[in-house]
Amino acid sequence: MNKTFTLTIDGQSVDAPQDSTIQQVLESINKPAPLICAHEATTPEGLCRQCVVEVEGWRVLAPSCVTKINEGMVIHTASERVIRSRRTILEMLNASVDLSEAPELQAQMDEFGADRERFPHAKTREQDVKDDNPFFVRDYEKCLMCWRCVQACGDDIQYTYSISVGGRGFESKISTFFDSPMPETSCVFCGNCVAVCPTNALKSKTEFFMEQGLDYDEIRQEKRAEKKKMGGGK
Amino acid sequence: MQEQSFNDFLREIAPQGRTMLLPALLEAQKEFGYISKEMATEIGNALKVPFADISGVIEFYSMLHSEPTAETIIRVCTSPSCSARGGRDVHQQILTELDLLKDGATADGKYFVEEAPCLGLCDKAPSALVDETALGSITPELLLNPQDNVRTEVYAKESVITGRIGEVDPFSLDDYLANEGFLSFPNAVQIGPEKMLDCMADSGILGRGGASFPTKMKWAGAAEAPGEQKYIVCNSDEAEPGTFKDRVILENDPFSVLEGMMIGGYAIGASKGFIYVRGEYPKVQKTFQAAIVSARAKGYLGENILGSSFDFDIELRSGAGAYICGEETALFESIEGKRGFPRLKPPFPTTHGLYQKPTVINNVETFANISLLFRIGVDAYRSYGTEKSSGPWLFSVSGDIAKPGIYEITNPTTLRELLEWAGGVKDGAALQTVLLGGAAGKFVHPDQLDVRLTQEDAHAAGLTLGSGAVVVLSENADLKQTLADLGHFFAHESCGKCYPCQLGTQRQAEILDRNLTGSVIEGDFTRLEDVGWTMTDASLCGLGQTAASAVLSAMEHFPEQFK
Repeated sequence: MNKTFTLTIDGQSVDAPQDSTIQQVLESINKPAPLICAHEATTPEGLCRQCVVEVEGWRVLAPSCVTKINEGMVIHTASERVIRSRRTILEMLNASVDLSEAPELQAQMDEFGADRERFPHAKTREQDVKDDNPFFVRDYEKCLMCWRCVQACGDDIQYTYSISVGGRGFESKISTFFDSPMPETSCVFCGNCVAVCPTNALKSKTEFFMEQGLDYDEIRQEKRAEKKKMGGGK
Repeated sequence: MQEQSFNDFLREIAPQGRTMLLPALLEAQKEFGYISKEMATEIGNALKVPFADISGVIEFYSMLHSEPTAETIIRVCTSPSCSARGGRDVHQQILTELDLLKDGATADGKYFVEEAPCLGLCDKAPSALVDETALGSITPELLLNPQDNVRTEVYAKESVITGRIGEVDPFSLDDYLANEGFLSFPNAVQIGPEKMLDCMADSGILGRGGASFPTKMKWAGAAEAPGEQKYIVCNSDEAEPGTFKDRVILENDPFSVLEGMMIGGYAIGASKGFIYVRGEYPKVQKTFQAAIVSARAKGYLGENILGSSFDFDIELRSGAGAYICGEETALFESIEGKRGFPRLKPPFPTTHGLYQKPTVINNVETFANISLLFRIGVDAYRSYGTEKSSGPWLFSVSGDIAKPGIYEITNPTTLRELLEWAGGVKDGAALQTVLLGGAAGKFVHPDQLDVRLTQEDAHAAGLTLGSGAVVVLSENADLKQTLADLGHFFAHESCGKCYPCQLGTQRQAEILDRNLTGSVIEGDFTRLEDVGWTMTDASLCGLGQTAASAVLSAMEHFPEQFK
């Protein structure tokens, strides 16, 4: 019990409980790796690879969030390979997705010197906002595929399973059954997906209306009309 | 009538639940030409799968469609081997012939045309699959009047692993028995699991799927893992562009693979095996299913096999168009009825494999080697190959070569010697390069031809044998086109799970397209390097980690191709 491993991080010797992940150790010495997909409420899937670090003797970089430590591990958190991967992931992401409402991603781009115009003429995920229910809108050109909404809708929080990862590769997307509007799915409008979204791709209807310049009374009227419509459809 | 029989089928499989999702979707696709919302709803209700997940699964597999297709589906291969030999031209010609502007269905609902990734018919390039008929040397006329014309040539100086190919009737268990079949399983039973593992360690047998991992390590790990239920899985999702050896083994000598799986089951204590065959190999599926049926009928599968206390059965599962499902954990996910996403490792399959149970997963050629090993013994097995790459090795040779086909190498052979054996570059042209190891492999510079085709020599030369694909490109081949083909292949096949691969394969394809059309922009070379190394270093699985391998090797050997 309570056994520790000793590892070396950027030249510094660190002791840590042996069941720790690399990220837990990095947090303990105040050097957390940057994260995109991770959230405390959802299961880590190692998707974004932004938290990668270099472990001596390993062929590929290790994602800190899901990699358990070993005795004697020698870790570099800011090697050339690490920085290139982090910077390039951000540059490729920014070329595909609208990150204007993701302040954490903006800060990471500044930290790693990402060139916001690195990939000109790149295919983007530009598309129309899906506005099909009174509670939230889905603005998927802001979606960076962190899967948190699918996890929140499924086994991690709500057990409702109204959305899934669809498509493949760059065409991956969050989808409903045959692209049905949300009111036609099993969605219970719990709002957990909106709460875990990192980029405002999922946005509450109130916020959406406020951005369009509607005042409080107008918003109330709009929402009431929509709820009536939704109820009437059933 | 159709719908009635489909409903009966659904009722029959319903108790098995989600694991039957892909079989149900494939059946619906076959019966109705697509999977309608109504049909998907019935499938979801029967198998108790959330509806959103069903759309997710349909959209993941390229052979499944949620919109009507047509009576006949024409899949034209545009992967490197076929593209280099005119596949793209025939694709364009058939579209024109059928009055189509792009891939899709004809107005009369008769034909549906689509580009396909490697169909494993590379030796007969350009190739296509029309419904379930494999076609080589295609023309638009042949596509409209399809007749199976694929007879892959097999070359061996001494036929060791290929001995039965062409000599036996693959549908006859008696033929297999008459040709030293089912000799290895009794040998294995006689020495028992512990000595079997020693025997495998002594043989030095390595996996033939591409990673060349010591097979004994997998088997010992699964044998030692706690748990009553364990599985043997045969990875027959051969989809590495330029590779077709598993198809040839399974179409011609299925029982050797079946026997290898039985031996595996006995060694690790598994009573159930799965063989996952890619959807693009319908002939393999028919042949192996027939082998399972006749093995059951004669008591080689089932309970108390050959009077022992060993029970073992095999179930065949079809893929549905996804290269990533050749990755072992993605393959498990697919059998479990999910999108074929690779899992995080650890844990490894030996302890947490199919249905999270201890599992041994090996490639087709590996199981055939297991059969061979327990038939001829360690010393005879070791008399082939080298100390570190023991046994016979199969290479799939295609592209601009005089005699494409399968080559069995039993003695150390250099790449130059292999090319000479295969008649040299087609039409006497000079060699430009060889793509060794498939799309996930590397381009070989003409200076490197004296490398011996063993794991140790390839590794020392900074190359990889991968799954044994040897794609030859002559001086007349357009390397920029091949590079763009590779870019499209990986962008099409990336599963989309991790960011470096999901985004990187798309960015790589865009840059390689610019390179092909002569519209390179300043900084593309370093942009391509950054994308490539980021995929290599940071991707979650082997697909992303090798998606830039060939491109980076071309940038090293042929930088002038990127101007």
